[in-house]
Amino acid sequence: MVLGQSRSTRGLRRAGVAVAALALVLTGCSSGSSGGSGNSITELDYYSDQQGSAAWQQVLDGCQSSTGITIHRQSLPTDQLLPRVLQAGPHNLPDLVFADNPNLQQIAATGALTPLSDYGFSSAGYYPSIVQAGTFQGKIYGLAPGVNGLALIYNKDLLAAAGIQPPSTWDELKADATKLTKGSQYGLAFSAVATEEGVWQFLPFFWSNGADLSKVDSAQSVQALQYLTGLVTDGSTSKSVLTWNQNDVADQFVSGNAAMMINGSWNLARLDSTASLHYGVVPIPVPAAGDKPVVALGGEVGAIPATGNATQQAAAKVLGCILSDKTMLSWDKAHAYVPSKTSVATTFGQQNPEMSSFVAEVSTARARTAQLGQQYAKVSTALGTALQAAITGQQSAQQALSTAQQQAGTS
Amino acid sequence: MTLLIAGGVGARTGSNRPSRARATRRWRDRLARFAFLVPAVVYVLVFFGYPLAHNISISLRDYTVRSFFTGEAPLVGFANYGTVFDDPLFGKAILNTLIFTVASIFFQFVIGLALAVFFADRFPGGNLLRALLLLPWLLPLVVSGAVWRWMLDADHGVVNAALRALHLTTGATPWLTSPHWALPAVIIANIWIGIPFNLVILHGGLTGVPVTLYEAAALDGAGRWQRFRHVTWPLLRPVTAIVLMLGLVYTIKVFDVIMVITGGGPANATQTLTTWSYQLSFRQYSFGPGAAVGNLLIVLATVFGLVYLRSARTSLAQETR
Repeated sequence: MVLGQSRSTRGLRRAGVAVAALALVLTGCSSGSSGGSGNSITELDYYSDQQGSAAWQQVLDGCQSSTGITIHRQSLPTDQLLPRVLQAGPHNLPDLVFADNPNLQQIAATGALTPLSDYGFSSAGYYPSIVQAGTFQGKIYGLAPGVNGLALIYNKDLLAAAGIQPPSTWDELKADATKLTKGSQYGLAFSAVATEEGVWQFLPFFWSNGADLSKVDSAQSVQALQYLTGLVTDGSTSKSVLTWNQNDVADQFVSGNAAMMINGSWNLARLDSTASLHYGVVPIPVPAAGDKPVVALGGEVGAIPATGNATQQAAAKVLGCILSDKTMLSWDKAHAYVPSKTSVATTFGQQNPEMSSFVAEVSTARARTAQLGQQYAKVSTALGTALQAAITGQQSAQQALSTAQQQAGTS
Repeated sequence: MTLLIAGGVGARTGSNRPSRARATRRWRDRLARFAFLVPAVVYVLVFFGYPLAHNISISLRDYTVRSFFTGEAPLVGFANYGTVFDDPLFGKAILNTLIFTVASIFFQFVIGLALAVFFADRFPGGNLLRALLLLPWLLPLVVSGAVWRWMLDADHGVVNAALRALHLTTGATPWLTSPHWALPAVIIANIWIGIPFNLVILHGGLTGVPVTLYEAAALDGAGRWQRFRHVTWPLLRPVTAIVLMLGLVYTIKVFDVIMVITGGGPANATQTLTTWSYQLSFRQYSFGPGAAVGNLLIVLATVFGLVYLRSARTSLAQETR
């Protein structure tokens, strides 16, 4: 035998080690440290795309020079931020963290955060929904320099060619989407991907119709899911919405494959960079004329972990600078977010008319964790599965949501 | 144990000086040998033993986000395993994992072997072609996954365009959007990724087969198929064992490919033990059940591995006999 037994057993033994390596799949190591003095702090965020990262760096640079505190920035992909904070343990926390608002309560529940009232921050003047998102057990742990939501973005040229006005109700949206579907062009694009993004896109339909997260199989909820599923089954929306995240949705819109899309304000910079594209923005269509759209509130909240008095005070100074009206205005303009203080948002809407639909929606937007707190994570997963089960046609909207309610209800 | 025997030997030979010196020297040799083992043992304990023990510990506790900071996580026995077994996703995830693993390994191996045999014959440009075939192996999995996701898009994907151009289908196959097609789609992508590994190892094995055997077989009038069946295949057995064993380990733990292409969807159609474990731990923050699923995966991999090892060993033993 050319290849002896010894070589093959060595290979097999190596394979045994590889089996043990599986154990590493689920665990990880992290490193990091926080300084003890009040002259420098570490900051953690997930603005890792090029444009957003550059805009955020400007905010931090500005606050570094105005407060005299050196800011060491760390930036992670969105879905790695929470695991990073959890794995850090009590001694490895960043001094200032900007987390997605539905995650704030999870982080606060660890006991890692300090209440912002300790540093004299007040929630006066902020939209109540963003304050709710940052509140855990009656105390405010996080405040956002800007918020965002979803709206209907439409291709002006394609709508004009079809001779239609942008829709404002569900019936109009359905009729227009059908009219705008021809050849390889779909009327509407949205995201129903199997992550939180898909749920976030479904919630405006769910909430605007009067449904409620404590009972996801209510009649209003079923109706909302039937409506969305109907758009896919009648062919005016591609079935690929099941795999598209919101970036993919924007790609479809920019390339002319979709005449309208449900998407967030952060995409506007990208749409502007395509000179041949003329787009308009209207609030997300509502079930019946006169209804108020209720979108889910997005945006990152700044929080101060318990890292020692000196660094906490320094982090508070920096956060104070980031939440100042001036910084808020410039950050939100650069990143196409809506200021989280009502007075600043009004000024902002006047200065940036293309953002006015988003500004209008924020006053009725709802925080995802407002009602359920930490339980939201579980309900969101169940709702996401229901959304996909209904759109694939595996289950009816009613069946899918009953299953979701069962899953969400257990433990 | 060794210590006692060494002492015993010394005692029996009495107070004979040179032999005692020999015993101490033997002693020192043994100690030195153990010292060389220390780095390996420490490495295994720190990087494999600790995470494994920790994962088992988490699976037996009510581990919440708070536990990371306070360290408090009450023991709940096997309650997390109960939760996992009762979950309607459990059966589906196990079945998907099995189908994914078996189908991937089968096709990776067969195609890899066919290509290895093909490239065993030298021909102009053969080496270049073989090098090109390694490309899937060199690409980061996230990149290959993203590209496959575009290619398999129902409306604008190149796969459907090619199928239509070849008149194999008329409509658009809903690769990633139908619960029936999504699993085959991720398996196809994973097969493509795994072929180079099989090709390289099997090709290496083939170069070890003496040319004289083929010549002898040809002289005896064996055709191409008979030469493969009676020369190549038996001589390739040890390499085959390694390839299949490693393939099993690599495939059963595949996470990134599925995560990037379908994220476990649509409607959990491609949820395997790895993606489900991730979903439980990092989307629902149910760390206990998440760790339990991870441990089940390890058990499954070990059982598979042992069964395979045993069958490989018996067949090897039969052959040498």
